[in-house]
Amino acid sequence: MSRPRVLILRAPGTNCDRETAYAFELAGAVCELVHINRVLENPSLPDEYQILCIPGGFSYGDDLAAGRILASQVRHHLADAFHRFHQAGKLILGICNGFQVLIQTGLLLPDDSQGRPPATLTWNDSGRFEDRWVHLEVARTSAVFLRGVQRLYLPVAHAEGKFVCPDQQTLRRLEQAGQLALRYADGAAERRNEGVKHPDPPGNGPWSAKVPYPLNPNGSMGDVAGVCDETGRVFGLMPHPERHVDPTHHPHWTRHALPEHGEGLVIFQNAVEYFTDSPVAVPVVGLRSVT
Amino acid sequence: MTLWEVDVLPAEGQPDLHGRQLSAEALDLGLAGRLSIRTARGYLVQGALDRRQVATLAAELLADAVVEQTRIRQLPGGDGNQAASPNGTGLPGGHHPPDGLEPPGKLVHVLLKPGVMDPVAQSALDAAGRLGVPVEAVRTLRKYWLDGLDPDRLDLFCGKLLANDSVELVIPGPLRLERLETGQPYRFRRVIEPLRELDDEGLRKLSERMQLYLSLAEMRTIQEHFRGLDREPTDVELETIAQTWSEHCSHKTLAGRIAYSDEHGERQFENMLKETIFEATRRIRQQLGDDDWCVSVFQDNAGVVRFDDQFHVVFKVETHNHPSALEPYGGANTGLGGVIRDPLGTGLGARPVCNTDVFCFAPPDTPHDQLPPGVLHPRRIMRGVVSGVRDYGNRMGIPTVNGAVYFDPRYLGNPLVYCGNVGLLPRDMWSKQTLAGDLIVVVGGRTGRDGIHGATFSSAELHSGSDVQSGGAVQIGNAITEKMVVDVLLQARDQGLYRAITDCGAGGLSSAVGEMGAELGAVVWLDRAPLKYDGLSYTEIWISEAQERMVLSVPPENWEALRALCAAEGVEATVIGQFEATDRLRLLYEDQQVADLRMDFLHDGRPPVIRQARYEPAPARPLDAAPPRDDYEPVLRALLGSLNIASKEWVIRQYDHEVQGGSVIKPLVGVANDGPSDAAVVRPVLESRRGLVLACGMNPYYGDLDTYHMAASAIDEALRNCVAVGADPARIAILDNFCWGYTDRPETLGSLVRAALACQEVAIGFGTPFISGKDSLNNEFRYVDADGRQQAIAIPPSLLISALGQVDDVRTCVTMDLKSAGNLLYQVGLTRDELGGSHFALVEGLVGGQVPRVDVPLAKATFAALHRAIVAGTVRACHDLSEGGLVVALAEMAFAGGLGAEVTLAGVPCDESVPSEMSGAGGRGVLARLFAESNSRFLCEVPVERQQQFEQLLADVPHARIGQVTAELLTIRAVEGGPPLVEADPINLKAAWQAPLRWR
Repeated sequence: MSRPRVLILRAPGTNCDRETAYAFELAGAVCELVHINRVLENPSLPDEYQILCIPGGFSYGDDLAAGRILASQVRHHLADAFHRFHQAGKLILGICNGFQVLIQTGLLLPDDSQGRPPATLTWNDSGRFEDRWVHLEVARTSAVFLRGVQRLYLPVAHAEGKFVCPDQQTLRRLEQAGQLALRYADGAAERRNEGVKHPDPPGNGPWSAKVPYPLNPNGSMGDVAGVCDETGRVFGLMPHPERHVDPTHHPHWTRHALPEHGEGLVIFQNAVEYFTDSPVAVPVVGLRSVT
Repeated sequence: MTLWEVDVLPAEGQPDLHGRQLSAEALDLGLAGRLSIRTARGYLVQGALDRRQVATLAAELLADAVVEQTRIRQLPGGDGNQAASPNGTGLPGGHHPPDGLEPPGKLVHVLLKPGVMDPVAQSALDAAGRLGVPVEAVRTLRKYWLDGLDPDRLDLFCGKLLANDSVELVIPGPLRLERLETGQPYRFRRVIEPLRELDDEGLRKLSERMQLYLSLAEMRTIQEHFRGLDREPTDVELETIAQTWSEHCSHKTLAGRIAYSDEHGERQFENMLKETIFEATRRIRQQLGDDDWCVSVFQDNAGVVRFDDQFHVVFKVETHNHPSALEPYGGANTGLGGVIRDPLGTGLGARPVCNTDVFCFAPPDTPHDQLPPGVLHPRRIMRGVVSGVRDYGNRMGIPTVNGAVYFDPRYLGNPLVYCGNVGLLPRDMWSKQTLAGDLIVVVGGRTGRDGIHGATFSSAELHSGSDVQSGGAVQIGNAITEKMVVDVLLQARDQGLYRAITDCGAGGLSSAVGEMGAELGAVVWLDRAPLKYDGLSYTEIWISEAQERMVLSVPPENWEALRALCAAEGVEATVIGQFEATDRLRLLYEDQQVADLRMDFLHDGRPPVIRQARYEPAPARPLDAAPPRDDYEPVLRALLGSLNIASKEWVIRQYDHEVQGGSVIKPLVGVANDGPSDAAVVRPVLESRRGLVLACGMNPYYGDLDTYHMAASAIDEALRNCVAVGADPARIAILDNFCWGYTDRPETLGSLVRAALACQEVAIGFGTPFISGKDSLNNEFRYVDADGRQQAIAIPPSLLISALGQVDDVRTCVTMDLKSAGNLLYQVGLTRDELGGSHFALVEGLVGGQVPRVDVPLAKATFAALHRAIVAGTVRACHDLSEGGLVVALAEMAFAGGLGAEVTLAGVPCDESVPSEMSGAGGRGVLARLFAESNSRFLCEVPVERQQQFEQLLADVPHARIGQVTAELLTIRAVEGGPPLVEADPINLKAAWQAPLRWR
């Protein structure tokens, strides 16, 4: 199969669209940035693509809550179109704001029989936006995007990324279904290897998670950083894989020999390989000569 | 039509983060002891709505079904929550509290004043429309239940913590509103302001009454002009002149005539800026000849220099001091929003790629009872300013990668907020031209009463009544509107739909259209401007500083395509006039002419400002004797914990510094991502390895000793920060931002002119061009103290130098964290006996001493040699020596790398001013080597196998090996084998450095 086509959905306030498209293209896909208004005018537009990605940003300003207004648009006007897209065996990815949107649409985690959502993303326990790098571990999961991945080191940058279920039973049900795909990890071994003297920083608040702040940067229940649907073809995550596709994205790159690519690229490669059944040769960045 | 109130509260068992934070803040500010604060967001929703529709809105849009609960009631009411919505509406989700679960304590509402920008309300209104719910108007509010507060302290508490009365209203107890105001219709009436017959006193009064802030000489010139025309001016004509002639728009003081004298004699300037700073750039460009890499300097909204074979890079830094003093959040928010529009309004429009933000505040531990009337607490100002920058920059998707925060008690009444933006501009799009017949199109936000008199207000000094008198000058931004504008304008630019573009900044449409049409003429139909609400007069429309607007010059044949493009993304674009070859500015409202001004009078008619400037060097005074010590670890800790040096991580983490995917060197570096980087590096073009380097330099303390050396040091610091991470010193462009006190005082202006002369000489010496700049004068705060005496606080001379460097291949960049034990440590550059104005003097309470100077030829050679050594890969870590000197730089490198170091001071390269005698503790030989802040110095980590190559590359400049990297402790000795002057675990030093500003 030829290169898969990616629809990068853009809304007022979306701001990670360009680098997300760049990451997908690096992985071998072909991308188009499409404004939500075009999809609302023509809901069959996504049918021409294999991957739908809602990138990071502040859709509609996140004014009422993160992702709320874009999610409301999808729920009310595009539910059929997105459902059809999913049923056709295609992939849907939401990063950061895109995850905040997906979790409110029911595409990722359907509402229960009383119409109640099984989880939400709300304000960080710190009460503010924070940009920091986090260690991640992949749980037992069917998520297509995480095939063959065990650990990742990626940045988060959000104010409303705390994963909360209404109760422990719901959390356990999702875990047993392999849907709590990506977790914040304490990364003690990695940090010790890097030369951090006391790799266990003190927490500074009440936390409902096993991994302390700031390693779990927001207080997510179950240290959840990313979630997939039952099929593994819909995936949302708070960390930004598109911000770690180049070796010089890594915050410690000046300390080590440079690998060819950043760790986040694998998420985009997995999506592309799902459609091509074989790895796509990835160009090394920056061969363009500079003088 | 009905009015509903929807409260959104945390659900049972969920934390009330806002309430928790406020309780902590109240304690920190000493406003209250143990206090329980519960909070809720509230929405007032007006329209022909029944309860079910309001419940739909609440569930679909306003509240989170998992972690929040809502209460809905119809207004006017007053008896609490009798109308809690039942959970039987058939709507999904939502826990609803049973009746009577009103949180305990005194209820207080905080609402934005009518007319203040409320982006959340606007979004709620738009989103309700998309859901098909017929909402007419929305306002947001915040609710607080204060339990345990002394009722007598309620007003104080609300004023100090909950609300800012320049933009907000406090309503204690239940709300009894009946409807939301949506504005009154405006009835046209032309207003004439007679001035031809006025005497001087009358002219002065007229200027004051209309808040024109024009001098008597300027009023007389205007009077003469209208006498010549044989008519009286309209109000909008006077406003237009005042805006165009304002300090903010025309820089009349610094670009004016100045008679200057100092110890070298007297000098007359016709245009001070042109003859100093611009002149330096002219000389440098001339010397570069064909290699000139400047493109457009000091003419467009921002400076433009070459980047690569496809793009130029555009840079501008602005200040937003006065608005931030009154409303820190809104002031900083619109400060950043405004400066982003400068590169966007440069050439045909640059795509924003990164931000820089520098702040000056009074110390956050200033006691409450020492605040003059009308002044907000510095802690609150800092929180507000940081949040304002955060919320605008993050929403715009522009990484904020560089910054600094300085503290001095003299910033109490006048905090400084510098906001900068870098943009990327395709090479063939750096110039623009407006043609007669082009339509004047305003794109973006609607016009409201925001910021009326912002431009003229920024010319005035702040005083204790300013918060009441100038509240209208305060604005709040809506970043998403600006983001949408950027998105469509860059498409329109690439499709060639407009011929020229500029931003609507201070002075609003008046200054944007006035500037674009200066050489041509324009007619504007004011009634066509889209308004936020009814009731604006033609004058208010013309001078409103409503945010997020750009003005375009559009060929008529392109209008339909531009309109359609904007409409496709929901951005408003409106034709409000036309450029015409009349050399006149004509304003019409409903076909009635309300202004007719000659462009040449507007732009060249201002009488020259003539000012006296005098500089007398302070008498030299040796540094007070320092207390003798055997152990300098406590001093090192005190330095690391002093506010200017302490970690700014609390600020930095709140900014998204990695969006756009080009981050190379982050503001925080090292093994635990918490060491202080000298500069930031980004790759603005993702397919390329070429990088931009952003850094700054500023030293307000040095200005107390000599503003010449302060300015020279600031330039040196900005350059060496860039060089330290790998920038090519031959390709650094710089910006100046002068923030000064009351420049009508000859001594104050003299200290500024002296700094400008330093800028000229040092820039030429380095071959480093200034490409743009901006000033903010009259930063003095006047008030009457408790004893009835007039008091004034002037800021220290505050020159910020911002530097934009370039690096060919980012893979050659280095960071400041030590990399591995066994590597060698070198000091590059000379230490001198320069402890005047140093942080050592500050923490030890010493006065006097020699301020650091710059040996420009030596500095230039040092930067060039070090750059060669970095590009050759001989340097594993590099950090500039600045605040706190060698010892602070060493400690920072050690704890950032999770390593230690062993250093012997005897090896430090020094000039003859530093005694070689190092035996006596407390002697100048030791103090200068440890703590002097001499310029042009670096600390470098070099692997043993690269030692020879490194030394060869630096052979022509001062450098010496002073020690090596170790695994654990930081140890500093005066001489080999001597007792340690400092022996510390870097972990503890890091803790001291992080403690002061590690806020919750």
